[in-house]
Amino acid sequence: MTATAVSTWIDVCSLDRITPERGVCALVGGVQVAIFRTFDGELYALSNHDPFSNAYVLSRGILGSRGGVPTVASPMYKQVFDLTTGRCLDDPDTSVPIFSIRLNGDRVEVMT
Amino acid sequence: MVGYGPAAHRLVEALRERDGAATGPHWKITVIGEETRPAYDRVALTTHLEGADLAYPSPGADVDVHCAERVVEIDRAAREAVTASGRRFGYDALVLATGSSPFVPPIEGKDLPGVFVYRTIDDLDAMRDYAADKASGAVIGGGLLGLEAARALQGLGLDSGVVEVAPWLMPRQLDEGGGAMLRRHIENLGMDVHAGTPITRLEAGPDGAVSKVVLQDGKEVPAELVVFSAGIRPRDELARSSGLTVGERGGITVDSACRTDDPAIYAIGECALIGGMVYGLVGPCFSMAEVVADRLVNPDSTAAFEGADLSTKLKLMGVDVASFGDPFADALGVTYTDPVAGVYKRLLVSDDAKTLLGGVLVGDAEAYSTLRAYVGASLPGEPEQMLFGGTEAAGGDLPEGTVICSCNNVTAGDIRCDIRDHELRDVAAVKSCTRAGTSCGSCVPLVKKLLDAELAAAGIEVSRALCEHFAYSRAELFDIIRVRQISTFSRLIAEHGTGRGCDICKPTVASILASLGNGHILDGEQAALQDTNDHFLANMQKNGTYSVVPRIPGGEITPDKLIVIGEVARDFGLYTKITGGQRIDLFGARVEQLPKIWKRLVDAGFESGHAYGKSLRTVKSCVGSTWCRYGVQDSVGMAIKLELRYRGLRAPHKLKSAVSGCARECAEAQSKDFGIIATEKGWNLYLSGNGGMRPRHADLFASDLTDEQLLTYIDRFLMFYIRTADRLQRTSVWMESLEGGLDYLREVIIDDRLGICAELDAAMARHVESYGDEWRETLEDPERMARFVSFVNAPETPDPSISFEVERDQIKPVLVAGPHLEVISQ
Ligand SMILES: Cc1cc2nc3c(=O)[nH]c(=O)nc-3n(C[C@H](O)[C@H](O)[C@H](O)COP(=O)(O)OP(=O)(O)OC[C@H]3O[C@@H](n4cnc5c(N)ncnc54)[C@H](O)[C@@H]3O)c2cc1C
Ligand code: SF4
Repeated sequence: MTATAVSTWIDVCSLDRITPERGVCALVGGVQVAIFRTFDGELYALSNHDPFSNAYVLSRGILGSRGGVPTVASPMYKQVFDLTTGRCLDDPDTSVPIFSIRLNGDRVEVMT
Repeated sequence: MVGYGPAAHRLVEALRERDGAATGPHWKITVIGEETRPAYDRVALTTHLEGADLAYPSPGADVDVHCAERVVEIDRAAREAVTASGRRFGYDALVLATGSSPFVPPIEGKDLPGVFVYRTIDDLDAMRDYAADKASGAVIGGGLLGLEAARALQGLGLDSGVVEVAPWLMPRQLDEGGGAMLRRHIENLGMDVHAGTPITRLEAGPDGAVSKVVLQDGKEVPAELVVFSAGIRPRDELARSSGLTVGERGGITVDSACRTDDPAIYAIGECALIGGMVYGLVGPCFSMAEVVADRLVNPDSTAAFEGADLSTKLKLMGVDVASFGDPFADALGVTYTDPVAGVYKRLLVSDDAKTLLGGVLVGDAEAYSTLRAYVGASLPGEPEQMLFGGTEAAGGDLPEGTVICSCNNVTAGDIRCDIRDHELRDVAAVKSCTRAGTSCGSCVPLVKKLLDAELAAAGIEVSRALCEHFAYSRAELFDIIRVRQISTFSRLIAEHGTGRGCDICKPTVASILASLGNGHILDGEQAALQDTNDHFLANMQKNGTYSVVPRIPGGEITPDKLIVIGEVARDFGLYTKITGGQRIDLFGARVEQLPKIWKRLVDAGFESGHAYGKSLRTVKSCVGSTWCRYGVQDSVGMAIKLELRYRGLRAPHKLKSAVSGCARECAEAQSKDFGIIATEKGWNLYLSGNGGMRPRHADLFASDLTDEQLLTYIDRFLMFYIRTADRLQRTSVWMESLEGGLDYLREVIIDDRLGICAELDAAMARHVESYGDEWRETLEDPERMARFVSFVNAPETPDPSISFEVERDQIKPVLVAGPHLEVISQ
């Protein structure tokens, strides 16, 4: 399957499955979505695909901040991505897709 | 080149270095040396007795080296060098680098069995063999070398003494006061000193071998072994018989370009008489080699030898002695004596007390490198001040031409220039770029000062900051965390940092917390700090799968356990490979397979191998005395003991170790962070070696240790490294950047100079006590287990992007590109 044409919120997991300041990966309609929970409770969703290594690993990166922007560092070759835009901060020509994400009660939902 | 000692070695290196740059001729080089081995670091000769490897790096295949060949004739008309075995080597240019030989005065009994000189590896081997069943030894000559030799005799288990004809020790470097103070230090080391009386004869015992030294005042010094160290004589015999001019008191006469009176023949090193002087230190020998290299490569070169610094420092553990400049200058002297501490310092300054001419330091030579650099220059302060440690002169004040490293003739100007041109930022980089501090190392503190001053002047803040979130170095963070007993990253960053951390500071702090014993690495907040490898207790490979490495201590494994590994690999379809560390790596496991794989391994008695952590990897071993015909100790047993002791210890970088059962060194221990080689009497400990990208031979730290001493020293070494190293700094680089180097490390670990040994010991005891297998503990805890899924919303689904093909009967990853998605905004 590819990305669905009609956008709907899709339930992924309960919030407590995501350790603060770490990520998990969800399979949403065949798309691997990396979901992150930062220390202040914000949620972010990016593609799990690391464009530099071509492996699906971004959800396993370390979260942090660079100049106030929340980030994830790829666990493979350590490039850092802006969680809010998906832009790579070490290589501005590269970015990864981002997805909408929300908390519905204690459930995490994404839209691809 | 005739003679293959340090001078010839440097010339070969210098020629090959210039080959690349110069447009001049490319020389085909032939080196003929009389010793049985290629050139080695003679300056460090004494350490050969401790097992050190003195060999210089080999010069490369295009240099034609002939060892154990002596040149006996130079046919100057035919331009050929003729060897004792009759071979003839043609030359366009001939360089004599024949060095010198020890002077043996014509004393009765000098040819008796048991009488030695101290110049070559062969001399020392013969001396050591002879010493095996002897009880007493004496060295004739109380100079630099004589004292070194006397100490070496002590190290071979002999009662040792020094006989010096002059009224005090080191008469060529020290004045009377310094000599007297030095005598006390030498006697405190347990050696007898006999100064001021000429020798009558050496007397044989009933077996015909030497048994004592008889002095003119009738005194008899017992000595079953005698070493002559009464000065050296340039080896000019070949030059002489070839009709070249030699000096009245020896030495091959050369001009400032090191040319003899035959323009095709040069002489360098200790055999050369240059500017009316024969030099007996390696620094000037190297300078001469550089001059000749320049001249040979570039016909227009005006390179010339300009004299050399004769400052010297005694290389004896526990005795600080140094002289610099002209210690006998007829000038104003400022003296400081502290008989209780055994300190004597004397500075000689010009009449206006502004210019330093020379001086002597005994008992405390800390100021040596700074003072030496100021010789001939104007002093930055009052001479008295300089004597009382007021020598902390900023490196910025030193004149450009001041020689900082006299072994390699590197000036302050050279160092500053290289720091700017090559953007050098730390001492290790300056050392490898300029060569300063790479021979005897006494100038390293000064190199550091120069570097600091230069960077400060350029407005470059040498930022030790770990990353944008912490303004501290790793070592500083370690102390903050330790002293304030901080146990969470949140508290640390709230109180001492900014922002929310990153992939640099988080794993660093996680490692520090783990080193300080803060429980399982996946518990509580610590889980969020770990790099993916630590997070999944496995090593991520290029396609996002992981590899699994069970611990196989010392590389010893039963057939049953081997079978278990084979079965697990087969059942999960993993690729298997034997690692360099004597264990087995299983590749291609998906996240959700890891717990299942480890369940099988843990049930069979395996535990985590910590291949994923910045921690101890393996302690490799050879088969040792249990099986090997040559082994002298049980290397496997020791390797297992060490591996079990240090397993799981988190460090700034990975740690490797090895144990060899005898000097044949089959386990390659000298390329490890800590390597152990068995001796007849115990263990030799080598520290800070490395293989890999930047190989480094480990330094011999201590010899013939008992099991207990060995463990204590390794405990302290590891804990001191963990406390003070930078992030991702291997022990080899750490050692290079440690001010004071190996000697300093010995003082910290053996003499407890910093008073921290008890703390280090306690820290290691805590580690050993609190160790638990990370995998077993993870399998037992549902919360820790929850992370091991590819997809949080489909725990049973394997990652579809991972696929394999088959190569040589095993799996190999295939990388498939994912669906290309456009970036959409929220
Ligand atoms: C124990 C010891 C400690 C020392 N410590 C220091 C120190 O701390 N600091 C310092 O600056 N210096 C020190 N030195 C001195 C330093 O080692 C010498 O200055 C240096 O080795 C000189 O180098 P060279 O190449 O000129 O001569 P050498 O090292 O003597 O080498 C000359 C070589 O040429 C060979 N040779 C001679 N004639 C022939 C021939 N006809 N054919 C073929 N080969 C021939 C010799 O066998 C020898 O191998 C120390 C020396 C010793 C022995
Ligand atoms: S190092 Fe010595 S004991 Fe060990 S295998 Fe080699 S020869 Fe045998």
